[in-house]
Amino acid sequence: MKFFKAFFTLAITLLLIWALQNKLGPLPPLGKLLNPATGFWQNAEGRHVDPSQSLNLPGLKDEVTIAYDEHMVPHIFAKNDHDLYYAQGYVTAHDRLWQMDIQTRSASGRLSEVIGPAALSHDRYERRMGMSYGAENTVNAMMQNPVMREVLLAYTDGVNAYIHQLKPKDYPIEFKLLDYAPEDWKPINCAFLLKLMSETLAGGSDQFAMTNDLVRFGAKTMNDLFPDYPFKEDPIIPVGTKWNFKPLPIPKPSKSFLAQMGDSIHPAEKIPGVGSNNWAVSGSKTANGYPILANDPHLGLSFPSIWYQLQMSSPTVNVNGVSLPGAPTVIIGYNQRVSWGVTNVGADVLDWYQIKFKDKSKNEYWYNNHWNTVKRRIEVIKIRGQATEYDTVIYTHQGPVVYDDTLKKEKGYAQNVPVGNALRWIAHDPSIDMVTFYYLNRAKNYNDYRKALTWFTAPAQNFIFASADNDIAITPNGKFPLKFKDQGKYILDGSDPANDWQGWIPADQNPTVKNPPRGFVSSNNQSSTDPSYPYYINWSFEDYYRGKRTNDRLTGMNHATADSMRLMQMDDYSIKAQDVLPTMIKYIDTSKLTKAQLKAFEIVKHWDKHFAANTIGASIFEEWWRRFFNAVWDNKFAIKGTYLKEPSADRTEKLLLTEPTSKWFDNIQTPQKETCADDVNQSFFAAIDTLEHRHGDIGPKWEWGQVKQTFVGHLASLPGFGSGNFIAGGTGGVINALRNNNGPSWRMVVQLGPKVEGYGVFPGGESGNAGSFYYDDMLKTWQNGQLNKMLFMQSPDDSEGRVKKIVKLIPEK
Amino acid sequence: MLFLIILILSFIAGFILPWWMVAVVAFLAAIIVGKTSGKSFLSGFAGVAIAWVILALIKSIPNENILAGRVAALFQLPDWIYILLITSILGGLVGGMAAWSGVLFRKAFQKNKR
Repeated sequence: MKFFKAFFTLAITLLLIWALQNKLGPLPPLGKLLNPATGFWQNAEGRHVDPSQSLNLPGLKDEVTIAYDEHMVPHIFAKNDHDLYYAQGYVTAHDRLWQMDIQTRSASGRLSEVIGPAALSHDRYERRMGMSYGAENTVNAMMQNPVMREVLLAYTDGVNAYIHQLKPKDYPIEFKLLDYAPEDWKPINCAFLLKLMSETLAGGSDQFAMTNDLVRFGAKTMNDLFPDYPFKEDPIIPVGTKWNFKPLPIPKPSKSFLAQMGDSIHPAEKIPGVGSNNWAVSGSKTANGYPILANDPHLGLSFPSIWYQLQMSSPTVNVNGVSLPGAPTVIIGYNQRVSWGVTNVGADVLDWYQIKFKDKSKNEYWYNNHWNTVKRRIEVIKIRGQATEYDTVIYTHQGPVVYDDTLKKEKGYAQNVPVGNALRWIAHDPSIDMVTFYYLNRAKNYNDYRKALTWFTAPAQNFIFASADNDIAITPNGKFPLKFKDQGKYILDGSDPANDWQGWIPADQNPTVKNPPRGFVSSNNQSSTDPSYPYYINWSFEDYYRGKRTNDRLTGMNHATADSMRLMQMDDYSIKAQDVLPTMIKYIDTSKLTKAQLKAFEIVKHWDKHFAANTIGASIFEEWWRRFFNAVWDNKFAIKGTYLKEPSADRTEKLLLTEPTSKWFDNIQTPQKETCADDVNQSFFAAIDTLEHRHGDIGPKWEWGQVKQTFVGHLASLPGFGSGNFIAGGTGGVINALRNNNGPSWRMVVQLGPKVEGYGVFPGGESGNAGSFYYDDMLKTWQNGQLNKMLFMQSPDDSEGRVKKIVKLIPEK
Repeated sequence: MLFLIILILSFIAGFILPWWMVAVVAFLAAIIVGKTSGKSFLSGFAGVAIAWVILALIKSIPNENILAGRVAALFQLPDWIYILLITSILGGLVGGMAAWSGVLFRKAFQKNKR
């Protein structure tokens, strides 16, 4: 009896331990997570920094010295390039291992392995979009380039050297929360990271919605509401720039396209606002006579940041800037002679082709007047706690048929992907884009810059450049398919060879300008060129608002300093408000306003059009314009059960300013005939109503900084691991395009000269460890609109008093 | 006595061994020197709970409890102290149950010896 009691109690004890050691439902294993020996407590770091450290690592050729400054930014000094990229892999893994892991898993559709079936829709989507297919092609190409091969293998070895010395108690906390261990890094993971950037910046498409629009409204309306060049524009390549090349013959539009535009055939979505700013002014407009370059890429704001700051020095290079964790080289930055940066072009390099299968077996499809056999690719998706899924994807010569069956596409998921269509996407092609950055890191002048660009395929970027030789330049650059005008604006007929991509724009014929007469270059994701450029890049780009403001300010700027640029990056003046507010105000019938509405009207009427945190006018205008836009378009485009694309803000502006009697102002769902005045007034009443409802009477709670929710979230949105809400100005469509958790993910200003000076900051910290004092130590500086002076060491001893820690990597015997 | 043994050994184990070793420690210690079920459970509970609080604070205090605060927020708890409390209670339960099991075995052997 006594033994029975003993065994029973022991069994309960073992059961308790078992329960604490395993995941229970959504909860992580609590015993593993909370115990102080190996759990999250071990990730808590103190303030004390060990001033020197020595590590013996396998695979190094020689000693490497890494100097860490007051923000724990590593400054790497290697004696050869192999060790340089090895060290980059090592330090990046040291600070951002989990980020590298989860980004790779996300891009390769391997989240289900660690999260379970909840991630299955996501994984299937990534596989079916051909992310793995594209990454395999890319890594093969990279391994065949002798330079890239060495760089990639060295970087991989460095990452693995870090992983191999990790003990479970040192795993990053997210591994403990999700209960899995880091796996070895492979070269293909670098390719996945690049595909992820392509997906973020060039992986959206609105062709499905556009085609639905075309079917519903007809070609005439489509040409009217979705024109191929905006009403207002200030293109990246200045108007009047000559094209000094003889263009290739443009392919003829296919018969099916012409039929589509003639409304005689009916065939079977793109995130706006993904953009950035960059500009460079020539020495003629600066105080010290040398160019200044500024770049602030707009991406999701997260802890840890998409960017990892570092300096890299070897006998062949000394470059300072930011990198993408998971890929070697510096992506945006400068050296003693040149500086460069990027914004997204937004080229149309993703097209859908409607496929006609012979029968239910889907073994053949109609193309070029005969039946062709498909290929099949089996994607193996491992699922935690469940049997492995084998998902078969059909490939035509164009690419994967992402969803060949409506059943495969979960309800509400991937709305912008048309069923039964094959995908032609630049991200599928083999590419060695990293080589561009390898050469930019080492560039000494304009010619080096131009040569570096030829290696780049996707996602196409507006590469801006400035040099100590007083050259400035910008190039919307990538591998662009040679297309007929509007090829890809709508879904294409996949059986017609004339709809395939017919070739490529020669790299040296990508639009470019060097040292333009106006003394500056800039890009804010607007149209690459004016209509005189012979080739088709896309039918629509971002609205001109940020571009116009940037160019207005730079035109008037003289004796510019780095600080002038810093202030300009914080500019929150709204060109949209400048354009439309006076007209909207004129339409308001003040006799019909209530006391509260009158008060609001006076405020917005006298508003200075700045989206500053403490203005009320911004909140009123934002809500008012949004409701006006919806009043005009929702009754026609936001119909339940349909998937349609609405016209742009630019087109709506044109309507308001130049077409006052247009039929488009009428709400087709009501019997009355609404006019522009009706829409403007109704939306004003509704806006004030909403603001009162949400924020009470007009007062401090109506201030823009209070009304909008600005925050930096954790990369996996873990509650408690982000910044929480904070007050900030800015909005989409102004230079400081900060809204919610999207905005300037890196702000950099570089003053060229005899001694280059770089300034930069990102909202976060170098460490991805929430238990580190360097997790978010740079946030405050960024919030205050300040920049850190970037330490740019010319030798391992050149510390300027800012080096807090030296780490020596020593080859293991 | 049992309490002190469990406390000290659990503390040391925390630096080198997997977390559930505290159960082994408590179990063995109770088999050897355990007296009554009640006292043993309490000794095991308090021994591990306190050892774990100390081990946790050794890491957390230099960190100004920032990480503990974030983890607490993750579990929707209002303060970092709650996460410390849960940690120590979980450890205490394991230690207590293990010690209780141990003393029951000791009693079972003693009974048989007679």
